[in-house]
Amino acid sequence: MHELSIAESVVQIASRHANGRRVTKVWLKVGHLRQVVPSALGFGFELVAEGTPVEGAELELENVPAAGLCSNCGAKSQLGNFPLKCGACGGFDLELLSGEELFVESLELEEV
Amino acid sequence: MHRTAVKKVVLEGVLDANEALAQANREKFDQAGNYVINLMSSPGAGKTALLERTLERVRGRLRLGVLEGDVQTTLDADRLARFHIPLVQVNTESGFGGECHLDANMVRSGLGELPLSDIDVLVIENVGNLVCPAEFRVGEDTRVMVYSVTEGEEKPLKYPLMFRSADLVLVNKIDLLEHLDFDLELFIANLEAVNPGVSRMLVSARTGRGVDEWCSWMERRKPT
Ligand SMILES: [Zn+2]
Repeated sequence: MHELSIAESVVQIASRHANGRRVTKVWLKVGHLRQVVPSALGFGFELVAEGTPVEGAELELENVPAAGLCSNCGAKSQLGNFPLKCGACGGFDLELLSGEELFVESLELEEV
Repeated sequence: MHRTAVKKVVLEGVLDANEALAQANREKFDQAGNYVINLMSSPGAGKTALLERTLERVRGRLRLGVLEGDVQTTLDADRLARFHIPLVQVNTESGFGGECHLDANMVRSGLGELPLSDIDVLVIENVGNLVCPAEFRVGEDTRVMVYSVTEGEEKPLKYPLMFRSADLVLVNKIDLLEHLDFDLELFIANLEAVNPGVSRMLVSARTGRGVDEWCSWMERRKPT
């Protein structure tokens, strides 16, 4: 599942930035449109982190809602499920403003 | 021992490492003059059969190469071997959790086996999966999706990430339409809802319908 691949990459990023320190918490931003299943990601994260400096770290997901700018009426609106449509006029021609994020925002590192 | 915690801001994209490798692949393809297709589908949509029909038709007109990502067996690659084209299979089981898609690094590992300068169009046959391949660019020019009418009308709404990332959808097994309870118009409407204006062709690997159109589409993209 793609949650496992994502978890693998998150652990790699965190390990690299940790520079030998222990990672105790990872903040991850996840756009709504990424369709990440939090429980699957949490499970994968725990599994992949085993034996790395990230082992036992808490994973905090911050969900970023999808938002779009309508080319038809110019309204900005929050987008729900597919089909994505403008909340004001119902138009489908949207410029995505957010919702596709997928990045490690920050880490909590243990200093000895 | 006194322990303190510090917070470090990272702001690193989860897919950044893959993107960098995809870019490196891209540069190799550009140097060799390849047009690269990332061919995606769910399992059993008929990608390999469609490739067989394609290879029969473009022989002598287009130098096609195939990089095959397959999970279980070498069966798919065996089916294509009789065409004597540049062909390499990449084992996707090596990476933990990596068996469900090809990523840029797996593709890179296969490129050494391919004579890129003798290839016009390189088809990267991704692993049959409707979720994971959508996330991982491999250095392709375009993404083509093979969809079988046996999969029902609702899949675009269930797997929008994949359907949104496709540049062309080949609606395969169209010969089965009369035997199935498949509403083509509803499927197209669902596809349009997640990927407005996406190109599509109706094809059948069994009868050959639409295969010429698909081959012409590829030939028009052959780098000159
Ligand atoms: Zn609008």
